[in-house]
Amino acid sequence: MNHESTSAALPAVPGYSEEGLKGVSADWSADKQAFPVPWGKAMMWIFLLSDTFIFSCFLVSYMNVRISTTEIWPNPSIVFGLHVFGRDIPLFLIALMTMILITSSGTMAMAVNFGYRRDRGKTAALMFATALLGVSFVSMQAFEWTKLIVSEGVRPWGNPMGAPQFGSSFFMITGFHGLHVSCGVIYLCVVAKRVLSGFYDRKGTYETVEVAGLYWHFVDLVWVFIFAFFYLW
Amino acid sequence: MAHGHSAEAAAHAPAGGHGEGVQHPIRIYLWIWLLLFVFSTFSYLVDYFQLQGMLRWSLIIIFMLLKAGFIVAIFMHMAWERLALKLAILVPPLALLVLLGLMAIEGDYTFVTRLQSFVQQLQTPGEHHKVPEYHPGNP
Repeated sequence: MNHESTSAALPAVPGYSEEGLKGVSADWSADKQAFPVPWGKAMMWIFLLSDTFIFSCFLVSYMNVRISTTEIWPNPSIVFGLHVFGRDIPLFLIALMTMILITSSGTMAMAVNFGYRRDRGKTAALMFATALLGVSFVSMQAFEWTKLIVSEGVRPWGNPMGAPQFGSSFFMITGFHGLHVSCGVIYLCVVAKRVLSGFYDRKGTYETVEVAGLYWHFVDLVWVFIFAFFYLW
Repeated sequence: MAHGHSAEAAAHAPAGGHGEGVQHPIRIYLWIWLLLFVFSTFSYLVDYFQLQGMLRWSLIIIFMLLKAGFIVAIFMHMAWERLALKLAILVPPLALLVLLGLMAIEGDYTFVTRLQSFVQQLQTPGEHHKVPEYHPGNP
């Protein structure tokens, strides 16, 4: 993969200096690479676009069943509340999970930054920190699922608190998101290990770290929407 | 701070844009991180103080969009990409608004027809005992 030569040649392509709409038409119409970014980054963006549609379908179908059910929708504020510090705090675990995911996004953004500074140690350390935060997020989700299934009796086909659609939406949406986080943890560990081994120094570019970062930030982004629509609505 | 500009960054510099490999000071990420914390706390407080109705929904959506915007623009570096990439990634999801609208209408319609059907079953004379149990909570 010879990114250097491709990238270096780009500014010479006619129209590249154009900005705004002229730049769009130049980028699309010329007989050249449409997106002046490494191919891995463009492909990751396109994958994330398709993933956006998948998660949106889940969230829209959740909206649909929530509108159309004739039964009371269980109050997430109470269902996901936790009894800590001697009192009931609404959505305690979810708030904590949200903060953890945001923090992991912050450490990932800094990892990308240190990657471009060729700081191997800090990049890998921050990526492992991100993965560790991801693991703690999934663990808390596992705790939440256990609590819901074992103590609250929530099933995909029904629950004692109201509309049966609550369970199916919940397990589908958070399950798919948790799967993304778990895959992300593995992905980050693989890339971080390569950072440590000097693989990207030999390759001459740290763009793989940024591509992994895009995926991780997307996972955080999806959680922003799940938090708003499923837990707070 | 060590400014080890990569070959790509140097190559992109003449275009005047922030291409790939451009380094922003760490400070930017810390600020965005802090902002995301603040917005998350605010949206959590919406639930904590049990705000209801339009106020609740609009606050939830405003904080959600602000968070999403900062994550995409700064953390995912979309703010520094070329407009061609921005449009290719950010415009297609707008089609989802159509799906959203259609499914909202459909959901309302299903809700109303379900209610009508239940009411009709209740109102049929002498058939009260035949009302089917649709409540999964009551076996």
